[in-house]
Amino acid sequence: MLKIDNLSATVDGKAILNGISLEVPNGEIHAIMGPNGSGKSTLSYVLAGRDGYEVTGGSATFNGQDLLAMEPEGRAAAGLFLAFQYPVELPGVGNANFLRTALNSIRKNRGEPELDAMQFLKVARARMAALSMPEDMLKRGVNVGFSGGEKKRNEVLQMALLQPKLAILDETDSGLDIDALKIVADGVNAQRGENFSALVITHYQRLLDYIVPDRVHVLVKGRIVKSGGPEVALELEKDGYASVQEAA
Amino acid sequence: MAAVTETIDTVNAVNDGGYKYGFSTDIEMEFAPKGLNEDTVRYISAQKNEPEWLLEWRLRAFAVWKTMEEPRWSSAKYPPIDYQDAYYYAAPKEKIGPKSLDEVDPELLRTYEKLGIPLREQEWLAGVQPEGRMPVAVDAVFDSVSVATSYKDRLAKEGIIFCPISEAVQEHPELVRKYLGSVVPQGDNFFAALNSAVFTDGSFVYIPKGVRCPMELSTYFRINAKSTGQFERTLIIADVGSQVSYLEGCTAPMRDENQLHAAVVELVALDDASIKYSTVQNWYPGDANGKGGIYNFVTKRAACRGKRSKVSWTQVETGSAITWKYPSCILQGEDSVGEFYSVAIANNWQQADTGTKMIHIGARTKSTIVSKGISAGQGQNTYRGLVRISPRAKGARNFTQCDSLLIGDKCGAHTVPYIENRCMTAKTEHEATTSRIAEDQLFYCRQRGLSQEEAVGMIVNGFCREVLKELPMEFAVEAQKLLQISLEGSVG
Repeated sequence: MLKIDNLSATVDGKAILNGISLEVPNGEIHAIMGPNGSGKSTLSYVLAGRDGYEVTGGSATFNGQDLLAMEPEGRAAAGLFLAFQYPVELPGVGNANFLRTALNSIRKNRGEPELDAMQFLKVARARMAALSMPEDMLKRGVNVGFSGGEKKRNEVLQMALLQPKLAILDETDSGLDIDALKIVADGVNAQRGENFSALVITHYQRLLDYIVPDRVHVLVKGRIVKSGGPEVALELEKDGYASVQEAA
Repeated sequence: MAAVTETIDTVNAVNDGGYKYGFSTDIEMEFAPKGLNEDTVRYISAQKNEPEWLLEWRLRAFAVWKTMEEPRWSSAKYPPIDYQDAYYYAAPKEKIGPKSLDEVDPELLRTYEKLGIPLREQEWLAGVQPEGRMPVAVDAVFDSVSVATSYKDRLAKEGIIFCPISEAVQEHPELVRKYLGSVVPQGDNFFAALNSAVFTDGSFVYIPKGVRCPMELSTYFRINAKSTGQFERTLIIADVGSQVSYLEGCTAPMRDENQLHAAVVELVALDDASIKYSTVQNWYPGDANGKGGIYNFVTKRAACRGKRSKVSWTQVETGSAITWKYPSCILQGEDSVGEFYSVAIANNWQQADTGTKMIHIGARTKSTIVSKGISAGQGQNTYRGLVRISPRAKGARNFTQCDSLLIGDKCGAHTVPYIENRCMTAKTEHEATTSRIAEDQLFYCRQRGLSQEEAVGMIVNGFCREVLKELPMEFAVEAQKLLQISLEGSVG
């Protein structure tokens, strides 16, 4: 279970998160919605441990482990996965090599044997087929020259390969057409189960038609101002953020 | 491959992140008296039982050297070198040039065991071909003496000569006399003149007409003795229509003094011949405070004398306190091709001033230069290159790409490309980039479970991919690992 308690954080000295409290039990998918600049991406970076995001108060634990005390790679090893809003390009680094290295470092941490190139290819091909990804994407540089949709699919592919316990999807729906959106949503839904929970960050209700959340939280000015079931997203879609912003 | 990975793991496990080859070997050594004068030159020549013409050749070089000044135009900064305060000849007391493994000092074999690639394969030295793998013939040069050459007999069947140059002087004097100094003359530059006077050993390769060398040829250089310079001389001749791929690896023990390595490599390619020369240079770079390390002042040059001849230099320079090295091609034959692929790392206090010269003389000659410089710590990396196109080189082409990668904010990258084009129909292209390892790239990798070091290694290897893919497979694996090791601790 992810347990965030009164978490505050600054970026460049500016307060972005102002006391967030949130619990995501194992097996549940929660959505975080909110207007631009409300701190959604900051929350995901703070949880994943990016440099430059300074925690000024509160705590975040994952299955009892103090997340904030761990290095980014330690959090990944503990089962936390962040699907980036803007996946990063790594020129010259082959996608297959990158994915296999990542998978093997996670497997090593879990005490599982590492996969050799052939074993990896077999697994990767199966996952890629499910995401309708052409196989040549394994040969290309990581995210280099990928279209917006390909990048997002590559993120979901990584999630499918790494089998995290907690996935944070940071606006994974942005820049996707409706077909790609369905494929990505299917990829996430395929992970659903007792040992998988997710925090789905999005602007729009649209994604939540495909990934139906157990809970929806509305983030405004670094605070959660409203929480509820999937109906909250529908209300927001109808009324916009103006109503909740006033509440904040 | 499995053996390679295993050995790398073993080496990594034994060491704690510093220089991996920093051990020294306790072997009885024979030294020439310290210092450099005509007697030193005579001593070396006598030790090698050289013919009169070669002694004279050396003495002429020494006479020229005395009149020359050490070049200081590179961007490297270092205190004056006292050439009288070094040994110019050091040899394991074993008799020179053992013919079989049994004759090699077991202590030396243990050194090779520790060295790893390419000598990690004891069977290579023993001349046993590992199953299912391309054999590699190895010549090992320990301080001043070549101690073992493998696969000689098998190569001899093809008419290929691969032996220590000291042996070639005895066995094939006509070839040595014809080509020695024909690409890098004795008086070419200060360090080449010094080398010509006191060179001790090195490899000699001759590939006869029409022969494709059936295996990789490799030389392993090791400086072991204290206060010793290493001055090896390599001469490779590819006769008409022949082909050869040659690898060179080097390491040295950790010492807190600077040691001089001034080698000369000469390559000659005749009509339709091709030579691929790969180097993984991992001389001791000095400690984190810039103490010690090898001064790697090397002259490497190839003459593409024949029509359609081709020479390709690939170098991965991770070691040495200072690197001063410009593997070059003289493109004399019509339609001849020169290539230079380079990765140079300058970490901590390392200084690398390296690049190439492509001298286009023949018509339709082509050259490609791809240089990747990586600077970290306080390291300073300079690409210095010359592309010269003579009026005769009609339709000549050059493409140059220089990329620099900076890690941290105390290092430097410099690019000094000279282009002299005297031919209207020739084309030259130059591209250059400078970039940093971006924080978001590191974070992305770490979020996927890679450690900081692995992330840097992966990004750097990606940056160098175009060069690394030019290396023979076994070397490419080692080089990738080396790049990562060389940059350990450079971020964060």
